[in-house]
Amino acid sequence: MKKYDVIVIGGGHAGCEAAAASSRMGAATLLLTQNLDTIGQMSCNPAIGGIGKSHLVREIDAMGGIMAKAADLSGIHYRVLNASKGPAVRATRAQADRALYKKAVRALLDEESNLELFQQSAGDLVIKDGRIVGVLTETGLQFGADTVVLTTGTFLGGRIFVGEKSYAGGRAGDAPSNILSERLRALGLRVGRLKTGTPPRLDGRSCNLMSMDKQPGDVPLPRMSFSKTGDERPDQVPCFITHTNAGTHEIIRASINRSAMFSGAIEGVGPRYCPSIEDKVHRFAGKSSHQVFVEPEGLESNELYPNGISTSLPYEIQVDMVRTIEGFEKAHISRPGYAIEYDYFDPRDLTPTLETKAVKGLFFAGQINGTTGYEEAGAQGLLAGINAALRAGGSDEWVPRRDEAYIGVLVDDLVNLGTNEPYRMFTSRAEYRLRLREDNADLRLSPKASELGLLDLAYEQAFEKKTRKVEGLRKALSNRVVGANSSVAAELASVVGEKVTKDTKIIDFLKRPGISLRAIRDVVAPLLEDSIIELMGDEEVFPQVEIQTKYEGYIRRQDEEIAKVKRHETIALAGIGAYDKLDGLSNELRQKLNETQPKTLAHASRIPGMTAAALSVLLVHAKKAREESKAIEVGG
Amino acid sequence: MGAQSETIAAIATAPGLGGIGIVRVSGTLAESIGNKVTSNKLRPRKAALHLIRDGDNNVIDQAVVLFFKGPASFTGEDVLEIHGHGGTMVMRAVLDMTIESGARLARPGEFTERAYLNGKMDLAQAEAVADLIASGSQAAARGAMRSLRGEFSNRVRDIDSDIVDLRVFVEAAIDFSDEEIDFLGQGQVSDRIEGLVTTLADLIGRSRQGALLRDGVLVAIAGPPNVGKSSLLNAFSGEESAIVTPVPGTTRDAIQVPIILEGLPVTFVDTAGVRETEDPVEREGVKRAKAVLRRADLVLLVSDLSEEKASLDFRPEAPSLVVENKVDLTASKPGAHKGAMRISAKTGAGMQDLSSAILKAVGYSDSADGFTARKRHVQELLACESHMQIALTMIKTGGSGELIAEELKLAHEHLGEIVGITSTEDLLGEIFSSFCIGK
Repeated sequence: MKKYDVIVIGGGHAGCEAAAASSRMGAATLLLTQNLDTIGQMSCNPAIGGIGKSHLVREIDAMGGIMAKAADLSGIHYRVLNASKGPAVRATRAQADRALYKKAVRALLDEESNLELFQQSAGDLVIKDGRIVGVLTETGLQFGADTVVLTTGTFLGGRIFVGEKSYAGGRAGDAPSNILSERLRALGLRVGRLKTGTPPRLDGRSCNLMSMDKQPGDVPLPRMSFSKTGDERPDQVPCFITHTNAGTHEIIRASINRSAMFSGAIEGVGPRYCPSIEDKVHRFAGKSSHQVFVEPEGLESNELYPNGISTSLPYEIQVDMVRTIEGFEKAHISRPGYAIEYDYFDPRDLTPTLETKAVKGLFFAGQINGTTGYEEAGAQGLLAGINAALRAGGSDEWVPRRDEAYIGVLVDDLVNLGTNEPYRMFTSRAEYRLRLREDNADLRLSPKASELGLLDLAYEQAFEKKTRKVEGLRKALSNRVVGANSSVAAELASVVGEKVTKDTKIIDFLKRPGISLRAIRDVVAPLLEDSIIELMGDEEVFPQVEIQTKYEGYIRRQDEEIAKVKRHETIALAGIGAYDKLDGLSNELRQKLNETQPKTLAHASRIPGMTAAALSVLLVHAKKAREESKAIEVGG
Repeated sequence: MGAQSETIAAIATAPGLGGIGIVRVSGTLAESIGNKVTSNKLRPRKAALHLIRDGDNNVIDQAVVLFFKGPASFTGEDVLEIHGHGGTMVMRAVLDMTIESGARLARPGEFTERAYLNGKMDLAQAEAVADLIASGSQAAARGAMRSLRGEFSNRVRDIDSDIVDLRVFVEAAIDFSDEEIDFLGQGQVSDRIEGLVTTLADLIGRSRQGALLRDGVLVAIAGPPNVGKSSLLNAFSGEESAIVTPVPGTTRDAIQVPIILEGLPVTFVDTAGVRETEDPVEREGVKRAKAVLRRADLVLLVSDLSEEKASLDFRPEAPSLVVENKVDLTASKPGAHKGAMRISAKTGAGMQDLSSAILKAVGYSDSADGFTARKRHVQELLACESHMQIALTMIKTGGSGELIAEELKLAHEHLGEIVGITSTEDLLGEIFSSFCIGK
């Protein structure tokens, strides 16, 4: 029997990141998948990134992951969203060519020397004394392992719905993993059902794109990855925007009871932010039109992905419905839309490293934990892969905090609060949003990644150079002073709109609202060396100094907040136990506290609906419980 | 919850005041204690006159006794109230009797704490009860009653829900900007913030009255030696509190005199004449004076109008009011003159004007519609308002959406310190139910 350090089951976005991270860290890794040809498959829309999600992608990239690199190797349309709303919420979104993306993921995995790929369905987990020891495939092959990362996506107990028809499936065209699902249920892990859906795919040759709004990609072409590898970028193509109309809604309304979502056939909860078109028409009856974002599936493909009309209506209704939309009058559906319902395991049964509490060495990552999205899956895969490798090597675990990374926010939310709908990242989930930016993901995480051995030499050298440059520019601007009566001061006055009355450090001008480095660069140039002036024009460098300076006040305030949270983290609530007998709390909060069983006051403070009053009640009881247990110790 | 089922008892009325004194008992033993001290079977919510007897069956007092069955009571537990004939000795004897019968002495605020823990009131209400108990004047008591009925809480809650609405707009504009939602670009966000700032300012004004009433104000009387600081203090108090002699440096200690000035509790502090001195005792007095000046709400800078004397070389951090004393020794008229108040502490000339000026300077108006907000509440409201103001300026000057959102979040968090936090999940829930979002 062959033995590995880490076995990753599943070749989706979570599985690939887990396998890549673990093998990079030197762990002998096996990636076990039903089908080697679907590794890196994009099951939903062909896009990577977007608001909140691109932040995760950049963090994965900063830790040596593959998602951003694959996106840049396959990206055929880029947009920077929220460009005017500030650097922290600025987000990059890339439309990917599905085929190229898959190819890129496979190529990146093939570079990993400690990784072996194997095509075979996982049949069962081998568990001994509460610890994972290996995996049994469907055909009876057994592999030994110190740790196993399970990333089975929607394949556990997967069931696909199109109108009144339904069949078992993990994704259109792929079989579900039912034996594994039974096995996991038997371990006593809490399990629930979720649903998600996709729109029908259309044959572009039957659509009239000319009648729609054309949305070109951004120029210059943005990048997802910090690495500059893969300089040859694919050709860029536009996306298109069209809208549903009264006719579309009428057809949907007339047949809404035939939708699997509405007939009661589906018990799982779907995401509120990604509703089916029948859901939108039903819930927002007053809205006469909904936007449809038409995404190309790839350069070589004629298929289109009409994002915004996800549906589980019967096929013939889908055809009628689609054809009411401008530009789709003669559209041919190449793949019907469907809803899929699947098992997920309550992430509150996991530790923050994503290891199951029930079985030592068994990690879960991705949609199995109740999340949605490639980026959320990839981020978990990375974290689980890192910790699986650390565990196999006997090292201490690593989990980023909420103020360090969106990955930290994601995993903290999941394991403490759980979720009752597919969990998606939003920037508003991050209370330290201003510091968790796309642009500084490397500054936040790469030093740790380097320590963990996740980075290649080229990246490390480039990163070191970048941090040196940022520090150099910051120091220069902090040291150089504009004299009150100098000619530079006179010139600066016209830029900042105010006389410079005393000697002022260059960096202090940046603290004024609306004053950018770009605006003062030429004026202060006489005070600086050429090398520094050059850095002031370096897109990788000067924004860091600018943002750090402008956000200094907010960052400092957050530092204080972080310190407070850390204090709350030291206040244990374990002694309280049963919350339903606790006075001074609403029934709703009692129930939530009972379900969540927060370990600390900091965890409790993030429970939805928590109030300052309730927190002080908890504090009172935590103190009381501590004193009582002390009294028992002393007395007993 | 074993500890909380302990029965507690305390004298509920302020010591040494009034003709009626109340002993209150709360907890599981309240009923049996009531039955024992009255030698009767008490009926809930029925007020009746009873003789209160001690363990030796001697009558201690005649009292109206009330019994409330929990949870329909102040604390949510069984509550016994014995309304007796005041007087410290009598009330102590009644209290001792309840303790003999199984209750223990309550810690300060413990009744309120139980009421709060039993869900009988929110945090703001619980604090209002504490204020009611501690309120030193009638106006404060009226304000406390209003807060107790949740009016303050309701007002803050209204503002809170307005801020939630606002944040829903702003956060949706950020997290779903690719969804045809962009409210930041439109006027409605700044209009809403402007409206909220006005509402907040009004509430702060009224709450500040309450905070003043509750906490009172500290007014320091400062100035060079022998300008009549002690005389001024005596003029306010109507008593000879400070030693008045013509020898400079007579007052060596900070003398405090609490009085009620048009309903507002004001504590006047006479500080030693601040001057360089070799006398160690006086030096200590000067040191103390400086400490008082630092924490005063208002400093009266007193000078002698009749003599050319060096004015005080030190400027206090607190707001100050210049008072020119001994106007009776000059040809000048008492009253306001070039930002100073001219008075005679000796004759009382100009004292009425000075009182009004003091009340105005500390921001008090006897309109009596204030809430008994705590200083803490006022501070949170002020912080909330200041972040809203920053957000408003940012919107008007084209500041970035994420900073506007951050300021609104900070404003919201300060309000949450009074009425409870709104989690991101709640906010997202509002967004999803308000807007059709998602592709």
